[in-house]
Amino acid sequence: MHPIGEGETVLVEILFYFFATLLVAGALGVITARNPVFSALFLVFSFVNSAAIWLLMGAEFLAIVLVLVYVGAVMVLFLFVVMMLDINLAELRRGFARFAWLGWLTALALVAEITAVVWRHGLGALDAGRGFAGEPADYSNTLQLGKVLYTHYAYPFELAAVLLVIALVAAIALTLRHRPGLKTQDVGKQVGVRAADRLRIVKTSAEKRA
Amino acid sequence: MHTINHLLALWAELPELLRTLVWILIITIGVILCVAFLTLWERKVIGWMQLRRGPNRVRIFGLLPGLGQPFADVFKLLSKEVVVPADANRVLFRLAPALALVPALAAWAVIPLSPALVLSNANAGLLYLLALSSMGVYGIILAGWASNSKYAFLGAMRSAAQMVAYEIAMGFALVGVLMAAGSMNLGAIVRHQEGGFLAWNWFWLFPLLVVYFIAGVAETNRAPFDVAEGESEIVAGFHVEYSGIAFALFFLAEYANMILISALTAVFFFGGWLSPFAGYPGVGATFLADPSFFWLGLKVFVFLFLFLWFRATFPRYRYDQIMRLGWKALIPVTLVWIGVEMLMSVVHIGPWARPWFH
Repeated sequence: MHPIGEGETVLVEILFYFFATLLVAGALGVITARNPVFSALFLVFSFVNSAAIWLLMGAEFLAIVLVLVYVGAVMVLFLFVVMMLDINLAELRRGFARFAWLGWLTALALVAEITAVVWRHGLGALDAGRGFAGEPADYSNTLQLGKVLYTHYAYPFELAAVLLVIALVAAIALTLRHRPGLKTQDVGKQVGVRAADRLRIVKTSAEKRA
Repeated sequence: MHTINHLLALWAELPELLRTLVWILIITIGVILCVAFLTLWERKVIGWMQLRRGPNRVRIFGLLPGLGQPFADVFKLLSKEVVVPADANRVLFRLAPALALVPALAAWAVIPLSPALVLSNANAGLLYLLALSSMGVYGIILAGWASNSKYAFLGAMRSAAQMVAYEIAMGFALVGVLMAAGSMNLGAIVRHQEGGFLAWNWFWLFPLLVVYFIAGVAETNRAPFDVAEGESEIVAGFHVEYSGIAFALFFLAEYANMILISALTAVFFFGGWLSPFAGYPGVGATFLADPSFFWLGLKVFVFLFLFLWFRATFPRYRYDQIMRLGWKALIPVTLVWIGVEMLMSVVHIGPWARPWFH
């Protein structure tokens, strides 16, 4: 990533509005699509567009990791599950009118919060073309992030990692069941098998050609 | 000579955007042509290994029997009808082949082809590659789901679980490469391996090389990890409902991915465009020691041959064995070797003996 020059600001601005529009459209798609698979795909689309916007701001590491983790792993597993669900749409839709007010309330609260933040910092803080000031030409977002994460924020970072491992172990422990009478393969035995255990070579006398 | 200089001057005067577009076009067409002849080479090699001749009918200009086979195949597939199954999801059904192909081609943007030539010298090139290769799975999943076919869906499910599993092993292997190079820029990774055959990463990161290549074969859904197609069980897996050019796009994506994995293995572990003779007495001073595109091409060719050799040699893995290999064998190996690398970097041996690491 090189710092954005004066001549490129217009192009960056156009790109920002392009990706932002797609992002909003994708986000709308997530909540309006009738098919849950389409909802999940719209979410993937939104992730990719927000990654593009981050890239425009020079946050290349965050942008790529967003795609790598959310698009590449989380959403794949999400789709995996959604595709296999046997969803009764009428059943899902039944409480829609009853709980709509809750949805509106949440949405309003979110909009109010975002407006408050924008109000405080002024619209100038959202100027997409500006990026972060004072980046040298060989600025590496990844390097800087790594340095900070493993020095200044090492303790919270490791704490978060431990928390994730605990969640992982807990999820496995909760779903691990031993059904009695279940037939499983003993992998050790399978790997350790020798040809002599399975195969018997029999010598026969050759037939005379008629 | 005068005309060439004139043309070069003209080229330099073109706007940067236009020059980039031309390069993109050249690289894309180059990859597609490589895919075309790779399919022929595969059929020839497997033919020879099985004491057959392989394709030997279609000639170009009367040269080399079989050389025109890829083009004959392409024109046949182009002229066939693309059948969309009843109750298939039409939009996703048509989108899926493109989603499979695009990441395979887009990844070439950050690959250093020669010391001077790389389309995008991105700092986070390695991460970009990981992100793109993880997106390739969408084409397969969506193809399987949109086809409205049990076989296709089974293939998609198998492929999704397999790719997510092997991506982790692949990512960890690349963490090792990253530690040895101290950079995520692919050009820098190559340059940090400078100094002859034994200075390349393969020597100090050998377990990671093995893991990376096996994971690469699994990521491309190639034999012996091709359970996503598994023709003996699920006909053709995720692309069973595809015909004509839509099928050809999946084919193209698979082979483009093979070339990509081969190129990446060369870049990460075998010094990319570096010459194996650099720094050795005798040949070290001749043109053979010069880094060039030729060396990268040669290495890619060798790894592609490995892909074909595997296919002709190994029987298909059972699905639970694939999962076992990925999670319980490959990932632990990478974790152990990353620990070993830490020790190596503490005592300054191998790649960590270089002055710029201190």
